[in-house]
Amino acid sequence: MIEAKSITKEFKSGDSKLIAVNNVSFKVESGEFVSITGRSGSGKSTLMYQLGLLDRPTSGNIIIDGVDVTDMTERERTMLRLKSLGYIFQDYALIPELTALENVLVPLLMQGLTHEEARNKAIKSLTRIGLGDRLDHLPSQLSGGQQQRVSIGRAIAHEPKIIFADEPTANLDSESSLLVIKNFIELNKEGQTILMVTHEPEYARMTDRVITLSDGKISSDHRQKAHAKN
Amino acid sequence: MKSFHNQLKGWGRSISLGWFLAYRQVKRSSLATTVLIVFVMTLTFLNLVVVRGVLVGLLQGATNNYKNHYAGDIIITNLPKKNYIEHSQEIINNIKNLPSIDSYTHRYTEGGEIEANYKEKVRVTDDPNSAGTTIVGIDPDREDSVTGLAKFVVEGRYLLPDDTDGILLGANLLRKYLDIEAPNISLLENVEVGDKVRVSIGGVRKEFIVVGILKSKTDEIDFRAFIPEVTMRSLVGRGDYNVDEIAIVLEKGTDPLLAKEMILRSNVEKYARVLTWEESLPKFLIDIQNTFGLLGNAIGSIGLVVASITIFIVIFINAITRRKYIGILKGIGVMPGAIEVAYVMQAIFYAFLGIAIGFLIVYGFLVPFVDAHPIKFPFSDGILVAEVPGTILRGVLLLFATIIAGFIPARIVVKQNTLDAILGKTS
Repeated sequence: MIEAKSITKEFKSGDSKLIAVNNVSFKVESGEFVSITGRSGSGKSTLMYQLGLLDRPTSGNIIIDGVDVTDMTERERTMLRLKSLGYIFQDYALIPELTALENVLVPLLMQGLTHEEARNKAIKSLTRIGLGDRLDHLPSQLSGGQQQRVSIGRAIAHEPKIIFADEPTANLDSESSLLVIKNFIELNKEGQTILMVTHEPEYARMTDRVITLSDGKISSDHRQKAHAKN
Repeated sequence: MKSFHNQLKGWGRSISLGWFLAYRQVKRSSLATTVLIVFVMTLTFLNLVVVRGVLVGLLQGATNNYKNHYAGDIIITNLPKKNYIEHSQEIINNIKNLPSIDSYTHRYTEGGEIEANYKEKVRVTDDPNSAGTTIVGIDPDREDSVTGLAKFVVEGRYLLPDDTDGILLGANLLRKYLDIEAPNISLLENVEVGDKVRVSIGGVRKEFIVVGILKSKTDEIDFRAFIPEVTMRSLVGRGDYNVDEIAIVLEKGTDPLLAKEMILRSNVEKYARVLTWEESLPKFLIDIQNTFGLLGNAIGSIGLVVASITIFIVIFINAITRRKYIGILKGIGVMPGAIEVAYVMQAIFYAFLGIAIGFLIVYGFLVPFVDAHPIKFPFSDGILVAEVPGTILRGVLLLFATIIAGFIPARIVVKQNTLDAILGKTS
């Protein structure tokens, strides 16, 4: 599904150089729910931005569905993000002037769906995560947990091959966090591939596989029985 | 071909999504901000139209006065080397029978001198209280019905046909109305209505009583003196009734050039010059009118630049404060073109609304108001000149400038690194 081959990301500031991700390689199979953990500054978010095509690695390659996407043009990367990838950000990243439904409509309309088709898909997506009664609410009228679930609705509406979630529970209380993770688990049960960055071990334990980063390198990568999911 | 078709579809999607985003952003933005931006656009449009309109209108007021109160639509004058229009009565009879002629007035004109207080002169060597001017013999009733001369009487009364000894003085012949010192201008001092003045034309002298003073802001009235035509004919010995000027007013909607051609068909040019009122305008007036037009355009252009900068700043601030959301949109796969379209559409919305309100203000209020209450300039009653095609052109220019001014800042922000925008880092 997605493969990181010797990914390195360096940041330069004057004469000094910071290696945020250092020669990382791993592969995520279709249908896997993978968490990337590590301490603050370990490079987990940076790694996810490279894999999610929001940034370019200094070296190494990213393969998605057997295609090397590393050197794609910005336009091609945008198209790929639109069609095949879904994103959930730590701070929900919803557009404040758009209602829950409209936020979900945006990527669908960009894909070229008619307004009616996009609306049906968006409603289906929001209903699936339990927000069918909040369609016309603006983000400011929703709780943090609800906003994050709208963000999930937006990420899954176009049926992406893989979802990237960057610390999706970081700004939520434990109840809302659990609800978000349960949404992920349900999606994953339906075959959705998910790559989630988290620094919270209890949520990492609920995933199929935990990759731990330390100083930009993989310090551990272990699959676990999915008993915690239940 | 297929690639072009795909590109076309991509543009279509960008425009459609751009509209979707722009509509909601405007709909849910602060009403106060929207009102303020639209207000700025309206003021800019008014600046473009009204400043030029007043500058041009200032001169237009003067030329309108020239046309309405002196030349009419067409003016016939004597040939340069002739003292009067030969066969004047034949020409007048011809004009009377032409279609599209509403009315006409004829005038006898001669250079002359007016002297006042001559009885108080003690010595021959004393400076005379006199002014050189054009003495005009008119049919008072006809002249008034064609040029409305009577309404310009500011002191005394208008001439009556049997005022054989009466004279109307233009205000600019009197020092109390035109207090200037110039080498070639002599003005009458201490002359009031009821005073006697002596008029000399080519060695012939006659005493008149000042019946009134005219002030019109039209030099052809204010620098002249008017007496009844009967008196004028006897003064200059014009028993043949040949006149010097014929001012013709055409029926509404008649093209002066066509009417001029019609008049010329009867061989008038052998005896007189036939000019439309525009052709007869003094050159300096045309030059000043052109200059004011240019000046108005220059000020308008500055207004256009200011408007562009204003909308640039508004959109730039809007885009820069929404940089994070622009990054998110790009992050979830929205093409930069769609985001740019959203900002351009917002700019178009503000400009269009501002221009529409500006149009309403110009044609619903300003033009009718200034027509009814002309701006009192020292040398004319200024009107607001705002021809619809010119105003539309200025509106389109403003809209075009706004589109560019909206696009550039949107492009600058959209071009920034997607991840930096999302994370709020400076690129």
